[in-house]
Amino acid sequence: MMGAVARFALVALGAFALAACGERPQVINYKQGKYQGKPDTPPFASAPYNGNEQQWDTAIRTRNLAQNEYKRIGD
Amino acid sequence: MARMKFLCDAERCIECNGCVTACKQEHEIPWGVNRRRVVTINDGVPGERSISVACMHCSDAPCMAVCPVDCFYKTGEGVVLHDKDLCIGCGYCFYACPFGAPQFPQAGAFGVRGKMDKCTFCAGGPEADMSAVEFQKYGRNRLAEGKLPACAEMCSTKALLGGDGDVLADIYRQRVTVRGRSGEVWGWATAYGAPGSGGQQPPPGAAPAGTPAPAGGTKS
Repeated sequence: MMGAVARFALVALGAFALAACGERPQVINYKQGKYQGKPDTPPFASAPYNGNEQQWDTAIRTRNLAQNEYKRIGD
Repeated sequence: MARMKFLCDAERCIECNGCVTACKQEHEIPWGVNRRRVVTINDGVPGERSISVACMHCSDAPCMAVCPVDCFYKTGEGVVLHDKDLCIGCGYCFYACPFGAPQFPQAGAFGVRGKMDKCTFCAGGPEADMSAVEFQKYGRNRLAEGKLPACAEMCSTKALLGGDGDVLADIYRQRVTVRGRSGEVWGWATAYGAPGSGGQQPPPGAAPAGTPAPAGGTKS
């Protein structure tokens, strides 16, 4: 009887010890789109662009291209 | 729609800290908070490289994933911002960020942390654009003024570029062609690597095979 209990305890202990050996992916689970805060407006929504996205895009692109000094000096 | 990114060309950075100063001045950042900083690798050793580091506004931002109160959001331009009214200053984002971008002002005795502060790509936050409240919480909203981040526009050697990723890639590609070698685009693979690629996406304008390595180049 004691032997059976000891065997059972041994098997249970082994199963318990191996329970932590499972290999699980350690990748972060991203939670996109669960923002809980206040809504924001796009940068072109207010003055001076007043919702004119194309004008804002042009302004940003001009400044963006101005960072290329090869073209800036060449002009 | 532009996808805003930063690009730091380690071949050009001269560690002048102009970007750090520009950022501090533009947003009136308090003492102890550094939204941007310059890191030098192998300082004093021939071939040392300096890199300007701030929030890279990652494609899959880890800070967004770990935030327990979901205070982060990504704008249509790809800028990662957060709502300070929600932030509880837990610091999880700091541990998750590969660039050490989140900063925490000391809010009291015994090292009590305040609400997280980080680079906003000069895009403010979820308050009315260019309002006094927005400036106080997040700094100036240059993007709403049709301008690019102050750090990038201030950079004297144009080592730090900021703006639409496609345009930055074009600029860098031309540089590689002119100088004949690639150098390092530090942090690009980490910040903008394709999901699931393990950050193995090559940097824009990577040197073609057979291009000589930069003389005295260092790897951290």
